[in-house]
Amino acid sequence: MKPQFATDYPALDAKFDKGDRVRVRKAAPLGHIRTPFYIRGHVGEIERYCGAFPNPEELAQMRDGLPAQPLYRVRFKQKEVWPDYRGSDSDVLEVEIFQHWLEKA
Amino acid sequence: MSDRGTYQPYSYYQLMETSLRELLVEKGLVTDAEVNEEVAAMRERQPERGARVVARAWMDDAFRQRLLENGTAACEELGLEIPALKLVVVENTTQVHNAIVCTLCSCYPRVLLGIPPDWYKSRNYRSRMVHEPRAVLEEFGLRIPQNVQIRVHDSTADMRYMVLPMRPKGTEGWDEARLAGIVSRDSMIGVAVPQVK
Repeated sequence: MKPQFATDYPALDAKFDKGDRVRVRKAAPLGHIRTPFYIRGHVGEIERYCGAFPNPEELAQMRDGLPAQPLYRVRFKQKEVWPDYRGSDSDVLEVEIFQHWLEKA
Repeated sequence: MSDRGTYQPYSYYQLMETSLRELLVEKGLVTDAEVNEEVAAMRERQPERGARVVARAWMDDAFRQRLLENGTAACEELGLEIPALKLVVVENTTQVHNAIVCTLCSCYPRVLLGIPPDWYKSRNYRSRMVHEPRAVLEEFGLRIPQNVQIRVHDSTADMRYMVLPMRPKGTEGWDEARLAGIVSRDSMIGVAVPQVK
């Protein structure tokens, strides 16, 4: 799949396509994590492939973060994320998540 | 603060900033002039830049499409060089209202919108915007009808976001500068919509 933003450093291949159902890993590793806690364990749909970017968890350890990790925007239904959500059934939340945090749902 | 002529002791963060800056200068890593230049450049980044982009998109449909496809490249057409910023522009329509938040910190398209407002960085906005966006928007005075989908974008990684608001009625025949004049910072974050006064 074509990324929205092309980059020129070594990167892992993108495993997911637009529309794929994915689950965010429910993990709690230590360190600098850019996957918000509230979204871990939830299922969403790939909205777009942004491109591959150095892994922030590695960058935070002063390493180069390469090969770069594919980054996606994942769309979640608000009513599935928050059981008490007040609003329209169609309301959504879109979050950028790196590939190593996603598995096929 | 010295221009007001009132003496106040340094706060913790001011002291930390001054100490770090003086150390960097002492070690020859930056010069005072470079620091001053960067501060001046930062002050120049104002929401008017974003407003110009929005006004152009309202005037020129082909530009609007390029902006939605690759915000960074489209801004370069207007002479806004923002290579480090991966700009994702999200478009409001009669069916969709978009709003931006960064729950983890305060990621914000500074190059286009300047320094983020304090509320954008507050725990209140950051935690509630993803969970009860309609209630938060109402506190900003913006009531979104139930038949309009709300899309909240959590800016968690390398993308930065800007909302392309809808062009309001009553602006037919306006030129680009006049249109840009009604595009507020808040309307590009998605907590307001442009109003015709």
